[in-house]
Amino acid sequence: MTVMEAANDLPAPPSGAPILLAVEHLTMRFGGLVAIDDVSFAVGNGEITAIIGPNGAGKTTVFNCMTGFYKPTVGRLMLDHGRHAYYLERMDDFRIAQQARVARTFQNIRLFPAMSVLENLVVAQHNELMRASGYTLAGLFGWSAYREAERRAVERARYWLDKVRLVGEADKNAGGLPYGAQRRLEIARAMCTRPLLLCLDEPAAGLNPRETANLSRLLISIRDEEKIGIMLIEHDMSVVMGIADHIVVLDYGRKISDGTAATVRGDPAVVRAYLGDDAEVELAAGGASTHEGG
Amino acid sequence: MSADTGAEAAQRAGERREIDLVAVVKEAGVAALVTLGLAFFIVGLKTETVPGGLALDTRWSWVAIAVAVAFVGRFALALRRQTRRPASRERREQIADRIAVGVRIFARYAGPAVALFAVALPLMPFANRYIVDIATLVLTYIMLGWGLNIVVGLAGLLDLGYVAFYAIGAYSFALFAIHLDWGFWGALPVAGLFAALFGVLLGFPVLRLRGDYLAIVTLAFGEMVRVILINWYSVTRGPDGLSNIPRPGFFGLTFERRPDEGVTSFHEFFGFEYSSLYRIVFLYYVILVLALITNFFTLRIRKLPIGRAWEALREDEIACRSLGINPTNTKLTAFAIGAMFGGFAGAFFATRQGFISPESFTFIESAVILAIVVLGGMGSQIGVVIAAVLLIGGTEVLRGLEEFRMLAFGAAMVAIMVWRPRGLLAHRDPTLRLEPQPARRGASP
Repeated sequence: MTVMEAANDLPAPPSGAPILLAVEHLTMRFGGLVAIDDVSFAVGNGEITAIIGPNGAGKTTVFNCMTGFYKPTVGRLMLDHGRHAYYLERMDDFRIAQQARVARTFQNIRLFPAMSVLENLVVAQHNELMRASGYTLAGLFGWSAYREAERRAVERARYWLDKVRLVGEADKNAGGLPYGAQRRLEIARAMCTRPLLLCLDEPAAGLNPRETANLSRLLISIRDEEKIGIMLIEHDMSVVMGIADHIVVLDYGRKISDGTAATVRGDPAVVRAYLGDDAEVELAAGGASTHEGG
Repeated sequence: MSADTGAEAAQRAGERREIDLVAVVKEAGVAALVTLGLAFFIVGLKTETVPGGLALDTRWSWVAIAVAVAFVGRFALALRRQTRRPASRERREQIADRIAVGVRIFARYAGPAVALFAVALPLMPFANRYIVDIATLVLTYIMLGWGLNIVVGLAGLLDLGYVAFYAIGAYSFALFAIHLDWGFWGALPVAGLFAALFGVLLGFPVLRLRGDYLAIVTLAFGEMVRVILINWYSVTRGPDGLSNIPRPGFFGLTFERRPDEGVTSFHEFFGFEYSSLYRIVFLYYVILVLALITNFFTLRIRKLPIGRAWEALREDEIACRSLGINPTNTKLTAFAIGAMFGGFAGAFFATRQGFISPESFTFIESAVILAIVVLGGMGSQIGVVIAAVLLIGGTEVLRGLEEFRMLAFGAAMVAIMVWRPRGLLAHRDPTLRLEPQPARRGASP
């Protein structure tokens, strides 16, 4: 840690994009286990930032710290909208989604299975609709302003259903959709909260190659059209190398590499983490132990 | 599809060929043995009071009948299972779902018809005091079921202490009506507000709990309220209960035979002959209106953001948090609104009985209300009506069966839990559709 202090400056996104989220010295301990150890990186606005690393490297823990599901032991997570800066480590999970506008999906999909696809997307717009319904009171008496707000919410839902090609399934139960469609729906639901930072936890897991290619296209179009930051945990290197503007590599809770796809791919530390010592006899010998890459 | 069913049929035929008679007899024998063990004490021995104490009477023929019934029944059941492949669970669920959808569609038209019938019931030629009384009781439970349905069916918070709010409503109503002389209509909203307040008070400490843990705490809350009612003698008069609770008036008209000075009674005003039935019919209409208000409120709030948030919370709380839904507020509103309707029902109960004591608010009441919600199908409004009619009306009708009444009740519960664990009408219609309606969709190109 003391060595790191010398280079205390926060690593900027390689492209030089404006910083949306600055993660500084993030550390998460569970009792004696250090899940994340002093990780710092920056997420650029309008960029796709991928976190990769072998299983158990602490990727999902970083996400859970960012979205408030864990409170980090040490560290600062500053989300800067330009107008207002939020310190995510001090906020409740639902306030992070509500105010700092960070939306996320889950590794094991978490939809509302007994509700229809459309309802899933309308629930995501809860806070706006709550205001429009006068915190239920006005809505109870059928105020026209609420009807208008609900119509707009449905329109937005339809827009995102169209984007993820699920318009035809809108009135079906979300739990009955095929796996790939559930993944897409979860992304659409997160987008319906109008996030400024979208965090996707293994969005390509369990998808077939065609669905994976479509996912990459979807993420690029979200980045380019919505101009928001996207963070991505992914094991599928074709997705990561194809679309990520910036890659952060974790191993055993530490950041071992940070940069563009090209830099990371050539980084001996990354090769060592993924393939073990034997694979890089030509490269300089390192002390990392052999373990399975994801 | 057809190839599939063909394969199934072949499989079924294959199974039909081999009947393992030994296994069937063995199974039936075990069942008969268990029955013997149970029936020996429960059916076989009976205590009789004879002069000078108790005597034991034996009824071995009854035991023999029970064992024979168990053996034959189990034999037939096992044989049937061996010869016929039972419909798969999914298939059964599908069929039941289709029935539920059918009932839903039926309910769209039958709902108003049932409501009209309910309105017209006291005027029917067969309506007598007994029928109206039972209908009032059933409606009270329908209202309680609808109130609890908000908490359990929509928000998915398993509440085993709902009777506490019923009790709080009844007692706060009685205390305000007696001591402050606010009358029924003045004290009714207060009773609802008090119950809602206690709903929030209960809600705060249990926010983090879910499922079984929540059920245990709410169960304890229900008991706490009852114990407080028993022991806080200076206010609640403990086990003696509160009496002389004012009856509701009809726009200032009372239902007394001889009203106090300056008060006009209903029969005098309209020039009718006095009859005690007027009050009973009036109470019936009061609970009918209260129950319908509960129903319309629930139907309406389901389509509002808060109602959808409740259902989302039931489905997945973590996902709700990730979408910026404040789980604390959402749960508390569910608790408060559910409790409020429980409080209204309690106030009605108090005014109908004219007397309340903690004995009316035992755990079994919570269990019955919860059974109504669960058996009806969580979240289903019409399911609650059917379950309440079956459970409350049914137990009244079955009074003739005496001690076997509870047996029939239990058997019905077991049957529903085996065949339809999600409740009678556990089909959920979306609150919002992208396409107008499926029927119209077919017509458009």
